[in-house]
Amino acid sequence: MKKYEVNAVSKTAEIIINGGFILFSLACVLPLLLVVSVSFTSESAIMDFGYSFIPKEFSLDAYDFLFSDSEVIFRAYGVTIFVTIVGSLISIISMTLYAYPLSREDFPFKSFFNVYLLITLLFSGGLVASYMVNVTILGLKNTVWALIVPSLGGGFSIFVIRTYFKKNIPSELIEAAVIDGAGEFRTFVQIILPVVQPIIASMLLFSIFGYWNNWTNSLYYISTPKLYTLQHLMQQAMLNLNFIRQSFSDNLSAMENFMKLLPEQSVRMAMVVVGVGPIVAAYPFFQKYFIQGLTEGSVKG
Amino acid sequence: MDTQLKLDKKIKDARSRKFMKAVVKYKALLIMMIPCSIILFINSYLPLFGLIIAFKNINYKDGIFRSPWSGLENFRFLFSTDAAWRITRNTIAYNLVFIFVGMVISVAIAIALNEIRNRYLKKCYQTLVILPNFLSMVVVAYIVYSFLNPEQGYMNTTILKKMNITPIKWYDEPIYWPYILILTKLWHSVGYGSIIYIATLTGIDSQLYEAAIIDGASKWQQTKYITIPSLSGMMIISIVLALGNIIKGDFGLFFQVPMSSGLLYGVTDVVDTYVYRALITLQDIGMASAAGFYQSVVGLIMVVIANLIVRKIDKEQALF
Repeated sequence: MKKYEVNAVSKTAEIIINGGFILFSLACVLPLLLVVSVSFTSESAIMDFGYSFIPKEFSLDAYDFLFSDSEVIFRAYGVTIFVTIVGSLISIISMTLYAYPLSREDFPFKSFFNVYLLITLLFSGGLVASYMVNVTILGLKNTVWALIVPSLGGGFSIFVIRTYFKKNIPSELIEAAVIDGAGEFRTFVQIILPVVQPIIASMLLFSIFGYWNNWTNSLYYISTPKLYTLQHLMQQAMLNLNFIRQSFSDNLSAMENFMKLLPEQSVRMAMVVVGVGPIVAAYPFFQKYFIQGLTEGSVKG
Repeated sequence: MDTQLKLDKKIKDARSRKFMKAVVKYKALLIMMIPCSIILFINSYLPLFGLIIAFKNINYKDGIFRSPWSGLENFRFLFSTDAAWRITRNTIAYNLVFIFVGMVISVAIAIALNEIRNRYLKKCYQTLVILPNFLSMVVVAYIVYSFLNPEQGYMNTTILKKMNITPIKWYDEPIYWPYILILTKLWHSVGYGSIIYIATLTGIDSQLYEAAIIDGASKWQQTKYITIPSLSGMMIISIVLALGNIIKGDFGLFFQVPMSSGLLYGVTDVVDTYVYRALITLQDIGMASAAGFYQSVVGLIMVVIANLIVRKIDKEQALF
């Protein structure tokens, strides 16, 4: 312990470093808080004073409006949650199942499947080709699969998982299981999986965040409102001012008086708060898994 | 001669028997690999065949394979516009800034964070600086907009007002956008980028520092002669790998953040936004696929070169 005190930076340097980090941390968080604050500000205060970090006039109008006929929002939540769960489960299961044989020294087809995977990292067909394949050959346009399939898998993650397997599973472990007469699948589920849980947790979380935050799939392939995700609602509201009016038209006819006073500015920001709230709230608890996943990935075998 | 043929056949038989035996022995492992193999085929291999679209005069009715060939017509079209030069320049120039400035800041964060002794504070700072990376670019675009919105944005209504500067129509003025985009990208990525260096720092042998202290090295000297050299391997590899992707623009950043403002295309248009616009907005598949093909080829060359260099430096880190 003493060693650290000897080698610690001077008091002044410590204050400067801490000060720097406090400023930088604020710079990372405050911009998001501006969005949150605007969503709680009354429309008239926004019009008079512009956006501000502390609401000049507190108001829940935006949230009242969003949830007054909450079908649009809840539907988008439903689609997003469904896509996130199904997509990341298929992703993690298929990636782990592919990575495991690759990590086995005795697997004779290892080099073939290695190259098969490597090619996908080197050559890319690009957006146009993927788009044409997904639309004309697979017929994904305006189906829920368009939100899932294009983001499945991922060559680099598979290599990361494989490396973790290699480093953490001694071949004696597998040999012992074979001697005991366990089949490959049983060995994998009962002996291998418990050992490699950490990397699977990391990759699963990357996948979950990836699906939740994905907006490109929906931008390319979705035009029916019933398949809009949260990200889609947000980006449409941003690019097209009339979007809120159109998609919430049911709310409007039900609430004639809102027609004139649609709190457009704050509703857009409220939509962002509703969309990223869960992710931002969950993130600090899972942070260590992300760091772990990244760190494991940095040292390939 | 007859015996030779027989021998060949025998060897061939033996080989295929061995192959079949291996297939049977490892059938469980092979079955495990089926789902992901199919996914890779659909998401990566099928689009590779789709690259031929660049050489076709494509229409939706005939599909990818039956549309008529057009030779290099699409490429002639693409490179006859000044768009080709503009998107190439923007993509590469922005990426160079992102790579080098981003790395310097990430390394600085890692070194500074390593000096903080209070573990609780350290964790707190780290959590907060990584946070922006977990916001999608759609959300980032909203954040930028909440500052730059010409009527209600924080810049115009508060900051510039206090400084007595007339409001600026941010989304109409290209001159500010290189700075805005660079700032946004760095904000979004530097904290995340520092993780890998923090991990490397914790791996440095503490005896090195002890020896340096005995020799009377100051903190600054320790940083200069021990810390930074220890990080340099990781820094070089990160740079080279990033250079391998230099022709790929961050689609989210360049598409969402400038809100597709046409006035800004000169400084915000990269290959990826151009391809998207040509494909979806202009419905010009030929042009889009030519630009995409160009990107794929340059990308492949860059990745191969990058990998060769990484291989030379540290074989462990090379992809192949």
